[in-house]
Amino acid sequence: MEAQTLTRANALSLDERAYHIRRKALRMGQVQGQGYIAQALGVADVLSVAYFHALRYRPEDPYWEGRDRFLLSIGHYAIALYAALIEAGVIPEAELETYGTDDSRLPMSGMASYTPGMEISGGTLGIGLGIAVGMALGLRRKASDRFVYNLMSDGELDEGPTWEAAMSAGHWKLGNLICLVDVNRMQADGVSTGVLNFEPLAPKWEAFGWHVQRVDGNDIPALVRAFDTARSLTAPKPRVILCDTRMAKGVPFLEAREKSHFLRVESHEWALALAALDEGRTA
Amino acid sequence: MSANKRGAWRGGAALATQADPSRPRLTTSAMIASLASEGQRTSPAPFGHALVELGRSRPDILGMTADLAKYTDLHIFAKEYPDRFYQMGMAEQLLMLSAAGLAHEGFVPFVTTYAAFASRRTFDFISQGIAEEGLNVKICCALPGLTTGYGPSHQATEDIAIFRGMPDLVIVDPCDALDIAQAVPAIAAHDGPVYMRLLRGNVPLVLDEYDYRFELGKAKLLRDGADVLVISSGFMTMRALETAQLLEEDRVGVAVLHVPTIKPLDTAAILREAGRSGRMVVVAENHTLIGGLGEAVAALLLREGVVPPRFRQVALPDAFLDAGALPTLHDRYGISARAMARSIKGWL
Repeated sequence: MEAQTLTRANALSLDERAYHIRRKALRMGQVQGQGYIAQALGVADVLSVAYFHALRYRPEDPYWEGRDRFLLSIGHYAIALYAALIEAGVIPEAELETYGTDDSRLPMSGMASYTPGMEISGGTLGIGLGIAVGMALGLRRKASDRFVYNLMSDGELDEGPTWEAAMSAGHWKLGNLICLVDVNRMQADGVSTGVLNFEPLAPKWEAFGWHVQRVDGNDIPALVRAFDTARSLTAPKPRVILCDTRMAKGVPFLEAREKSHFLRVESHEWALALAALDEGRTA
Repeated sequence: MSANKRGAWRGGAALATQADPSRPRLTTSAMIASLASEGQRTSPAPFGHALVELGRSRPDILGMTADLAKYTDLHIFAKEYPDRFYQMGMAEQLLMLSAAGLAHEGFVPFVTTYAAFASRRTFDFISQGIAEEGLNVKICCALPGLTTGYGPSHQATEDIAIFRGMPDLVIVDPCDALDIAQAVPAIAAHDGPVYMRLLRGNVPLVLDEYDYRFELGKAKLLRDGADVLVISSGFMTMRALETAQLLEEDRVGVAVLHVPTIKPLDTAAILREAGRSGRMVVVAENHTLIGGLGEAVAALLLREGVVPPRFRQVALPDAFLDAGALPTLHDRYGISARAMARSIKGWL
């Protein structure tokens, strides 16, 4: 596969997409009055590059055999993926208003049985990478050249099955598997490395047989280069992109909050957050 | 039952009598002891051979294991179809998740490990990775219930109790080699996840003497009798048939209803047979008396207002069982034919 070259035009375009993803996520948070909004804002740039630069998919046909598979291991990041799927045209924008409400196709935790474009039911953390290994083996059996992407969080590095899967992917030399780790350094009980220290991270993945890149996950040109490298590499090994992201990125007053795993946003603050996001874009 | 209290070592009896040559003690056999009694007909590796046969017409059938191919008879499939066999390493959680991934891509993985590991260790991954999405994964597990003398680490005495609570999971507990051979294509034809208990190695062959065919979700009356209705699954059906013969000598008529599918339960057949008045109902299973076939039948009868004159369970106790030789343990815990016949006579 040919690596796509980065141009100023599509970098700007991806920036625009990221802004839209953030905005849609904030609007969903506003509907529900709560949500994992800090994660959504932090991972928006990764999703922008995934959905508007790297992934092959047909918005009108979520089960198209020729699609790249994108697994959301972190079910609670659904608010972010819904925003990306709406932006990508997989889910109609009108459904945004139903996020987290009864009988919505957009439940708080992402599930394959609810939402077009949601490949798996994540949420029980540590589940995605193992499924991705099986899918990558399956695509290999079908002689498909498509990729399996697994988006996971640094908190999932605590989970044993993640490392069973990492070892297995190295063993099977799964060059069609790309793992994206959102390293936002925050989990339910506090700072990730204080909860269970996963550093040094890059050498761990290297030792398991992976091609490793560590990038600023809020730097779109850097992400584009990393995705291109991961996709164009010829070495028969799985690829991981460790994305250092900033929780609540794009909304300064939320970025400043200390306890942000399940960020508390007062009802009047959603409009302020949208305004702050818009302001940051025009600044 | 010996308690697991600090300093109260289990197994002291062997030491106390070691000088007594008149009481030789059986020894724990290899991991998987044969369940066949002496002179009983057996069939080798029925699961492995049935899966090879199925694989001929179904290229989507895969075999996957967590370092237990030889101990689950999957090595026969691996030898026949090396490119369809996945050795996933001793990583059961990954085994279930990667099987889910392959099922997502349209394949039908037959996954093997021991029942203790599948039920206790990988429950969440079967639940959320496989069952919640209705994926076509067939989990076939050796060492169900008390079929090894290694002790609680390998004795899956509660696997059915664990799995019965999982929505959409079909649970199969076959009796013998014939049952297993016929169940393999049947569970492959079912669209959805299945947990099947497996007997491996030289597996007893019993049901070919009866007018019997495995049908998923169906219970079958193997023999009739006027005094006792035994409702059984797994190899306890074989024991129930032996028990019925033993009790013939005492002129006790024992009917045997074999229930190889634990979930969904064949409620119609169970209600029909249990509803025939006058017979004591005995549910026999190679499983703890908690949460298995016995309690499933009891709840069904109570719900439907079918009240037999007596209801009893032949099942393993609610305990971490002893290590030892299987015949010793089956006698000790009441699931040998002899012990079962004695129990039933006592209840009559």
